[in-house]
Amino acid sequence: MGMTMTQKILAAAAGLETVEAGQLIEAQLNVILGNDITTPVAINEFNKAGFTSVCDPSTINIVLDHFVPAKDIKSAQMCKQCREFAHQYDIEHFFDVGKMGIEHALLPEQGIVTAGDCIIGADSHTCTYGAVGAFSTGVGSTDMAAAMATGKTWFKVPSAIKVELTGSLRPWVSGKDVILHLIGLIGVDGALYKSLEFTGEGVASLDMDDRLTICNMAIEAGAKNGIFPVDLKCSTYLTGRSQRAWKIYKADEDAEYEQTITIDLSTLESTVSYPHLPENTHPASEGKDIRIDQVVIGSCTNGRLGDMEAAYKVLKGRKIADGIRGIIIPGTMEIYKECIKRGYTEAFLDAGCVVSTPTCGPCLGGYMGILAEGERCVSTTNRNFVGRMGHVKSEVYLASPETAAASAIAGCIVDPREYFEE
Amino acid sequence: MKAQGTVFKYADNIDTDVIIPARYLNTQDAQELAKHCMEDIDTSFIQKVNQGDIMVAGWNFGCGSSREHAPLVIKTSGIDCVIAKSFARIFYRNAINIGLPILECEEAADAIAAGDKVSVNFDTGEILDETTGATFKAQPYPAFLQKIIAAGGLMNSIKEAQQ
Repeated sequence: MGMTMTQKILAAAAGLETVEAGQLIEAQLNVILGNDITTPVAINEFNKAGFTSVCDPSTINIVLDHFVPAKDIKSAQMCKQCREFAHQYDIEHFFDVGKMGIEHALLPEQGIVTAGDCIIGADSHTCTYGAVGAFSTGVGSTDMAAAMATGKTWFKVPSAIKVELTGSLRPWVSGKDVILHLIGLIGVDGALYKSLEFTGEGVASLDMDDRLTICNMAIEAGAKNGIFPVDLKCSTYLTGRSQRAWKIYKADEDAEYEQTITIDLSTLESTVSYPHLPENTHPASEGKDIRIDQVVIGSCTNGRLGDMEAAYKVLKGRKIADGIRGIIIPGTMEIYKECIKRGYTEAFLDAGCVVSTPTCGPCLGGYMGILAEGERCVSTTNRNFVGRMGHVKSEVYLASPETAAASAIAGCIVDPREYFEE
Repeated sequence: MKAQGTVFKYADNIDTDVIIPARYLNTQDAQELAKHCMEDIDTSFIQKVNQGDIMVAGWNFGCGSSREHAPLVIKTSGIDCVIAKSFARIFYRNAINIGLPILECEEAADAIAAGDKVSVNFDTGEILDETTGATFKAQPYPAFLQKIIAAGGLMNSIKEAQQ
């Protein structure tokens, strides 16, 4: 029996010829990641266990992105602890204010993650890097601490669901709609403990930013990882960017999948997840009765240049509705600069939006756009759980940048395609 | 190892944002964080919970964020064991790593009611609902995880392996 793409990467990382679903392995890690919320907990565990050296500082990445620039004294203390640890252990990939970006936008952009890698991050959206053909999954702080000390971690080799993509997306429909549609189809635990392996002729039509968005939300279906094959678009993206040589793994022809789901991209519409689970998907066109108070465009899910471009195409020369607060957050400093160069920032400001420095801020209810009781937000972020963006009686509607920007103009949830064709 | 206590019962898809909202994550102080455990869906939990109590829930317990603070606040609040139909995978790892016993048992999660007195034997996986007399058997941990649990968490087990 053959192996899936994920299983092949895991076999290589474990130094084994083959692995099979359910097998427990110890894998060598290429990249270990933490942020300003999870790293301090990892540092405490690392110190408590009495470790005085890290296995390989070049594999460790610490990105301050959740509560920075520090939102309060306690956050500042946590950042300081990360800074001191990075300095003490010569961690080159330490990203502080001015260099930082939202971790899952930053690491692919900087070429720190690459095809064939085996990656863990103390952040659930670490599964994003499957878009560049890596095995990548979220863990907790203690796993991060152990990995910093040993360079390794344990995994149970996952079984997989094959997601066969056909056709290509229609205008105003993007990667976010693909993943929301899939989560709506299989549910928030539909891929629990499994890989989501995307494949099929439809893959070629998806931009890298779309693929990063799709893999980013694999966790929202409970998946261990999401992964795309490395095609020409992917290797073009990695060329000149990847800091290390990469390796391409392909699923065997006879790899076993627990389930195959076929999605014809050309049939997808703009999709919105209603509160309070990402699986509560509805067509955006049915949302006209839902008045909104705020729109957030950004996050590790949709804060990349392609997302900014999508928002720009909608907002350029238009004004967001009275009473709507539009918050746009480019994911990294590079993206931020590019938004200025291309005139996106000016268009956003002219439309009545604010543009923030990169931060996870509002996505997890940290700061920079917290909701009051009864308020509603259309957001390009990844979770709409109770209290996620603020008050327990506030509501988050997950959508693409296209849908979010069009909804900001309309003041209610709209399908961008219908809205602009009217 | 055993646990015995009163049951707090919750639904499917209990996410880490309701277990411990991110607005409190600007501290790592477990005692401070535990004051807010479950507050977004159950404001009375933290007043009512006693040391040794047991949490019972449905499918996909602990979904969402990777924050290890989630199993940590449940443990710090006094809960000795979580029984659920299934656990989200990062929560599962985190619970084992920090030493919060968790058991998967669909039948127990269906049958046990809020307020029941329940006892759990971690060595055998046996769950007894003392209120109704019903018994259940949870899936035992794989040997590999039993080693981590026996060592008192992941960091200790790595230290032991290195020595």
